[in-house]
Amino acid sequence: MTPPQRKRRRPRPEHVPPPLPSTPPAAEGGGEEGDKKNPERLYVISGADGARAELDLVTLIVARAAAPPSVTPEQAALLRLCLAPLSVAELSAYLDLPFSAMTALITELITAELVQARAPIVRQALPDRSLLEAVMHGLQKL
Amino acid sequence: MDFKSSDTVPGPRTEDQLPHTAQAAVKIVIVGGFGVGKTTMVGSVSEIRPLTTEETMTQAGIGVDDNYGSESKTATTVAMDFGRISITDQLVLYLFGTPGQERFWFLWNGLFEGALGAVVLIDTRRLEVSFDVMGRLEERGVPFVVAVNSFPDGPRYPIEELRTALDLSPEIPIIECDARRRASSRDVLMTLMRFLHSLAMSGALT
Repeated sequence: MTPPQRKRRRPRPEHVPPPLPSTPPAAEGGGEEGDKKNPERLYVISGADGARAELDLVTLIVARAAAPPSVTPEQAALLRLCLAPLSVAELSAYLDLPFSAMTALITELITAELVQARAPIVRQALPDRSLLEAVMHGLQKL
Repeated sequence: MDFKSSDTVPGPRTEDQLPHTAQAAVKIVIVGGFGVGKTTMVGSVSEIRPLTTEETMTQAGIGVDDNYGSESKTATTVAMDFGRISITDQLVLYLFGTPGQERFWFLWNGLFEGALGAVVLIDTRRLEVSFDVMGRLEERGVPFVVAVNSFPDGPRYPIEELRTALDLSPEIPIIECDARRRASSRDVLMTLMRFLHSLAMSGALT
C-alpha cells in the first residue's frame, strides 16, 4: 500500500500570505489590495493614540503593585494571578478570557504601571545557538 | 461579559508557579489535524496540567469558515491547548497544540511569529490532513520536523516512502513517536531542537 501523495500548495488569491520580513517587497500594484484582504493581527493594533502593547501569547506578566481600588474586577484578578510571572496564555486560561480581551486588559495595566511585561525570545533569521543549546539541555533533564 | 468574582478565579497551584527569576519564554508549536494527538503530546511533556486559551474568530473567517450556518457574522471560538516546561530559572518553554484546519490559519499570525519551530504531528490513517499545514509552514519559513504518532491500527510506511509522499526535502527529520509517552514526546522535541541547531550552524557558515 502506498501513502497518499501530497501536492504542493498553489497560493490562492484569497489566502495570500503576508510577505515575510526577509523577502523583498511585493511588486507594485498588488501590495495594497493584498494587504486589505489579510486579517488584522489580533494582538498588534497600532494607532496614533494609545497603541496596544505588543503582547505575545508567551509574554510573561508580573505584578508591580497590589491592585488599587480603581481597577476592574478582571484586572484585580489578573494582578492577583501574576504575583509570580505568568504568560499571557496562562492568564487567558485562568481568567477564561479570549486572547484579544487579555491584550486590552494588560495594556491598561502596563500603562498604569501596575504590571511589567517580559518580552519573549523570538526566532531570528540567525538563531541564537546558545539559546537552542539551553533548551536542549533543559529538555534532556525531563 | 459575565465575569467570575475575582476571589473565585483559580490560579496556578503553588508548585506550578514560575520563579520570580523567569525572564523570558520561548515557544514551540505542535500542529496537526483533529484527533492526531497534539494535546496528548503537550500533556505528556508539560510540567503543568495542560491549559486552554481561546480566541474568537469573527469577520476574519469570511470565505474560510462557511460551515456554521449564518454566513454574515459567524463567531467561532478557536481553542488551543498548551503546556509549559521550565528550562532554567530564567527561561521557560511553552508548547502550543494548534488545529491544522485551514479555517484556523488566521490565528497563526500571532502564534507562529517568533516560535522557535514546529512539530507536524501526523497520523498515517489520515496523512492528507497534514498536507496543507506543511505547505503553510514552508510559506512562512517556519522550520519544522514531522512526527508520526503511531496508532496500532494505522498503516505503517517506511520513513523514506513517507518522505516521498509528503514531498519533504532530505534534511527535514521524520520520526516515529508515541505521543502518550513522555520520553517519546521529549525525543520529538529534541529532534526539532537538534534540527534548529543544525540550521543555525549551517547559517553561521554561509
